[in-house]
Formats: sequence, structure tokens, C-alpha cells
Amino acid sequence: MTLKKTLTLSLLGIALSASQLVAAQTVLLNASYDVAREFYKDYNSAFVAHYKKTTGKDIRIDQAHGGSSAQARAVNDGLDADVVTMNTTTDIEFLATSGVVAKDWSRRFPGNASPTSSTMLFLVRHGNPKNIKDWDDLVKPGVQVIVVNPKTGGNGRMAYLAAWGSVRKKGGSDAQAAEFVAKLYKNVPVLAKGGRDATTIFLQRNIGDVLVTFESEVVSVDREFGAGKVDAVHPSSSIVAENPVAVVERTVAKKGTTEQARAYLDYLYSDEAQEIAAKHALRPRSPAILKKYASTFKPIQLFTVNEYFGSLSEAQKVHFNDGGQFDKLYTVK
Amino acid sequence: MAATPFAVAGGAARKRATRRVLPGFNLTLGFTLLYLGLIVLLPLSALVLKTLTLTWAQFWAAVASARVLAAYQLTFGASLIAALVNAVAGLLVAWVLVRYRFPGKKIIDALVDLPFALPTAVAGIALTALLADNGWVGQVLAPHGIQLAFNRNGVVIALIFIGLPFVVRTVQPVLEDTEKELEEAATCLGASRWQTFRYVIFPSIAPALLTGFAMAFARAIGEYGSVIFIAGNMPMVSEITPLIIIGKLEQYDYAGATAVAVVMLGFSFVLLLVINALQALQRRRSGGAP
Repeated sequence: MTLKKTLTLSLLGIALSASQLVAAQTVLLNASYDVAREFYKDYNSAFVAHYKKTTGKDIRIDQAHGGSSAQARAVNDGLDADVVTMNTTTDIEFLATSGVVAKDWSRRFPGNASPTSSTMLFLVRHGNPKNIKDWDDLVKPGVQVIVVNPKTGGNGRMAYLAAWGSVRKKGGSDAQAAEFVAKLYKNVPVLAKGGRDATTIFLQRNIGDVLVTFESEVVSVDREFGAGKVDAVHPSSSIVAENPVAVVERTVAKKGTTEQARAYLDYLYSDEAQEIAAKHALRPRSPAILKKYASTFKPIQLFTVNEYFGSLSEAQKVHFNDGGQFDKLYTVK
Repeated sequence: MAATPFAVAGGAARKRATRRVLPGFNLTLGFTLLYLGLIVLLPLSALVLKTLTLTWAQFWAAVASARVLAAYQLTFGASLIAALVNAVAGLLVAWVLVRYRFPGKKIIDALVDLPFALPTAVAGIALTALLADNGWVGQVLAPHGIQLAFNRNGVVIALIFIGLPFVVRTVQPVLEDTEKELEEAATCLGASRWQTFRYVIFPSIAPALLTGFAMAFARAIGEYGSVIFIAGNMPMVSEITPLIIIGKLEQYDYAGATAVAVVMLGFSFVLLLVINALQALQRRRSGGAP
């Protein structure tokens, strides 16, 4: 009898303390894109420490990674993420249209709600045997270019828009840009499925003379394949690829985590977070820190998507949707 | 004494068996329908419902654009070739595994199932590493102008890889069951080796072979993971239909994606029906034996 009582009491005690633990610790889920895994691992530990120091409360951040738009679809279909951190604005725009994030999400945080950005660079074989310096060299006969299929990867869309915009930046017309891009894709022997696939094709399968990819990918190439196998080439101009963030209103309303989610995204703009981003080769929004890491982020002439394409959603419609400009490159002879 | 109740019960069961094939037929049929409905029909009807949100013109634009048509051709063509190759090669493998004894047979037997177990992406990456111009196999073939990766050849090879176990595993048990005495009798009656195969062995394994072929074919049509790394994914040339579906999802065109899926399903269903009909025909001809 007494044994039973003690047992019940202790069980009750365990249950109570467990529920207290759960109540004390808020958990946020960040749905993010594939290659941001390492960055957010570092950022999360910095944020957890910062949050403990300023509020005295514990917080845990869980991560879910996948292809950027696959993640957006998952959140739309019911994945209870508190925040989304993507690499293309169209992915968050999609969530805004379906009412999962706020309509004015891009104005809720500074700089188009993009604490970091990246740009498109070239990777060439060591010593640059084909002497590739700028966009014009990519359309020369005999040069093989590896890019991602714009239909299946944000990396590929940015590469396409960067090529198109480089012509406009020099004062060319849209017609000239279309002609240039058509010539460029004639030099593409393989369309990779995604960013990492493209890197593998270029480095492990040894196909192609130049890989067009995100600046942030260049650092991971050196880390994973050893420095000195490839050289990075900075073209005269390239595109700003923003990495937008947003609070998932549907989830935070349900979980009551609005404040924590905002704090999590706000802290991305802090000097500490911006430094972490710079170490992961993501261009920080803060000019001071960008300058500090000038050796990584060589200054090149940058243009935004909005300058030449209106917006990324607009570009998506005109260029990448079925029957768009990209399809014409392959279907109209 | 003790045997009587058994005999009575047995007799009753036999009487019932003449009326209904299975005991508890209503229950089992009900379960079968419910299970199939939940697991197979429910997701498929969701697919069709989503497609129905499209107008006829939108549907047509989604499923019949030049890029998509090229993808159907590649998917069905490559799947057919791969399934045919597997039907021949798989029959040989099954034959060797059933009829001969050799050291390491158990290991070889287990190897056959590997394509089932291996994540398809791993298969795709491994095949690409092997067949690319700098791979073990690729570097031997490249100087002769033979390229097996990043084109349509790669698609077929990947599909052959994933389809092999289907043929082996369907033919193997049937081969094990065929009586060797029949072959001996055929030989005694003066049949040549070819005649024995053509008129004695083949008719008994043909239905199983056809089933294996159909399964390998159906599996190949839906395959994505392994093909995507080796295909090169060039529009109009080496894009498979599942890639088109992923492409549509990337542009948040859910309805367009399901429309293409519905067309694929329709095609596959018709093809599988035809194969089943062929099988029935074959069975009737060979006297409905197995």
C-alpha cells in the first residue's frame, strides 16, 4: 500500500517536472534550404546563448532542411515551422499568397527581409586553362558551361538571370540579352538538378570548363575538395541573390511564439550573426562587416533582380514557367 | 472415437467450400476493398481531383507541350528497352541460380536484391561515377566515342539496374517448380535443346516472365532518384517525365504536375492491362496450367 503510494507520488513528480521542463523551454522550428545547414548550426548556438543572456530563458531551435521550394511547399501543406529562411524570394512570396506568412513580409525586417545575400561567380579549373574572365567568355565555341536546370533549382534561375542581366548592365537590350543567353545554353552539356549536383558534375565527373554557382558554394568547394583544384573568377558584374526570411504567422499564432520568432530573425542582423554569415561566405548586410571580409567578397558591380526583371516573381513568369523564355531556348529552333 | 468430430467438421468445411472459395469471403473482400481504397485509390483520386481544377485548355497545355511529349517518349521508350533487357538477362540469372550449384551462390543470390534495398539516389550517383568520362568504365569507353553517362544511354542503364530483381524474383520460384523430368522426357523423345526450351520450359515460365517484365517496366516508368543524376536532364533530349513533374512543382504548379502524373498513370494502367491480357492468353494456350 505505502509502496504503491510512493510509486504513484514519484511518478506524479516525474510527470510534473517533465511538463515544467517542456513549459520552460520554447522550441522554434526553422525551415531552411539545403546548403544553409552549417550556417544555421553556428547561428543557432549563438542565438541560444544570446537569448539566455538577455531574457534568462532557455530556447531550442530545431532545423528542417531541404530544397528551398520543397521546404516552402512543406510549410504550406502544414509543416509547423515558426520561421522560414530561404534562398529565393519567390518561395516566401508563395507562402504570402497562400496566407501562411504576412503579405508585407518583405517590409517586416530590414533590407527586403534579407539579412544576407550572395551572388553568382564562376569556378574554373586550376590555372584557368581556357582563360575565362567574364560573361562573354562563356559563349565562346569550345567552352563547356555547367549550370543548374532553372526548372529544378534556384541556383539555376539565378545563373540564368545573372547572365541575362550582365548584358543589360552593359547597356544591351532585352533582345541582345536573349541572344546571349541562348548562345550560352548551347554551351551547356549537362543541366544539373541542384547546386550540389552541379558541383559534383564539375569537380568529380570532371565535366565542363566553368561552373556558374553561388559565391557561398565556392568556399564549400575548397573545404570539401581541397583548395587549389579550382579557381574562383569574379565576372565584371553579377546579380544580388537575396536570402529572405519570414515569420510563419500561422504557426506562431497557434504556438504563441511570435516574440521568440521575431527575436530569432532580428538577431540575424546583429554584428555577431553577420560575422558568422561572412565566415560561411554569405554576404552580410552590414557594410562594416562586408568590408572586414573584403578578401572573401571581392567588390564587383552588382545589380538586383528588380532592376531588370521587375521582381523575381515577374522573372519566374516570363522566363521559367512552362512556355516561358527558357523553354523557348530548347523548343524553338 | 476422437477421429469422428474431425471428420464431421472436415465434411462441413468441404460443403461450405463448394459454395464459397474462401472462408469468410464477405469479410476478406470487405477488407481487401477497404485496404486498396485507403492505400491506393484515395491518393490517386486526390491526384485526379487536383487535376480536375484545370480547364480543358490548361490541362492540354500542361500535358502536351513539346517538352513534356519528349519526356513521355524518353520515359516510356527507355523503360521498355530496360524491361526487355531485364527480361532476357533476368531469365538467365534466374536459370543459373536455380539449375546450377557453384561456390558463392548464396552471395550471388543475395546480390540480386541489392537494387531493391539501395537508395535509388545512391545507385544513380554510383553509376554516374562509374560511367562518366573519368570513371572506371567511362575512361575505357570514352576514347572509342562511347558515352554512357549524361545522355539517354545513362537513363536506360539506370533503369536496367533498378529493374533486374523484379524479373529474377518472379521467374526463379517458377523455374524451381518446373519438373526436370519433363525436360528429360523431351530429350528422350528426341527434342533438340532449343525445342526443349521453346516447347517445354518456356511455356511454363512465360507467365512469370511476363509478370516480371511488367513489374520492371512499371517500376522504371516512375523511377526518379537514380535516373536524375545520370541523365544530364537536357530539355527535349534527356528529361524524364518525373523530372517534368518536379519542375512543375518547383514553379508551384500543383495542378499541372498532377495532370502530367494522371497522364502517366493512364498510360501505365493501359499498358499493364495489355500485359495482363497477354498473360491470360498465354495461360489459356498452354492449357491453364500454372
